[in-house]
Amino acid sequence: MITAIVNISLKAGVLDSQGKAVHHALDSLHFNNVDDVRVGKQVVLKLNTDDKEQAMKDTQKMCEEILANTVIEDYEIELV
Amino acid sequence: MKVSILQFPGTNCEYDTVHAFEKLGAETEIIWHKAESLPEGTDLIVVAGGFSYGDYLRSGAIAKFSPVMKAVTEYANNGGKVLGICNGFQVLTEAGLLPGALKRNDNLHFISKHHTLKVENNDNIFLEKLNNGDVVNIPIAHHDGNYYIDDAGLEELKNNNQILLTYSDENGNIKNPNGSVDSIAGVCNKNKNVFGLMPHPERAMEAILGSDDGVKMLEGFLAS
Repeated sequence: MITAIVNISLKAGVLDSQGKAVHHALDSLHFNNVDDVRVGKQVVLKLNTDDKEQAMKDTQKMCEEILANTVIEDYEIELV
Repeated sequence: MKVSILQFPGTNCEYDTVHAFEKLGAETEIIWHKAESLPEGTDLIVVAGGFSYGDYLRSGAIAKFSPVMKAVTEYANNGGKVLGICNGFQVLTEAGLLPGALKRNDNLHFISKHHTLKVENNDNIFLEKLNNGDVVNIPIAHHDGNYYIDDAGLEELKNNNQILLTYSDENGNIKNPNGSVDSIAGVCNKNKNVFGLMPHPERAMEAILGSDDGVKMLEGFLAS
């Protein structure tokens, strides 16, 4: 079994208002060493295969079709 | 005139939409999302507002795979008229029937209030009863209404007169409640048969309830 961890975040250049709000909150708590915050989401998939190449291909297809909206979001896949 | 109104789990504006179109004299039918075909003789499909699939993953992301959407895509590709209101707009962008995407409002608030909109392009069936520059008062109620499109896409929208409405003040000057690119509230596709907007014209049908400016908008569809 392979676990695919998909991290989805807004593309660079697309304003991340949640990230901005969190950054502001961190500032208020005196965490002044933060330059930028991006908030994203993580989808964890347990795949019933041992073929890493296939797992990557399948997960990419899932990202393109539903998990991410590539108009505004980027995704990264990690297989473990 | 026959209007088919889509209903997904979580849709909640379908009965308002029925009321609006029946008030204008149209025949309406609510279509459950499991339907694989549309009623014979459908003149307009409305993807009604609400929270299809609880907005899980992204607003409209899961609804686009409902069985009925295949028929809607085919209908639209054959030139059939489709109108997406609020969550319906989100569904149509997710399905690729309209350009761009809707993201979380810049101020992160769910915004529910009447808002004035400026008519940008009336050379389409939806807004032909209005004039460019007209200001209408229509309620908005959304959390993810922040329209995004990249620069190239925006240029294309402008060149093809695809921007339908922008958020404005009562004099038609830009007033942007949610952070939308160019204050865009609604767009159509290149062929001008698929329309989407975040505001709710179906909730502006009775002056006694705040505004009847929605009548002129929805009437455009009945003229054909």
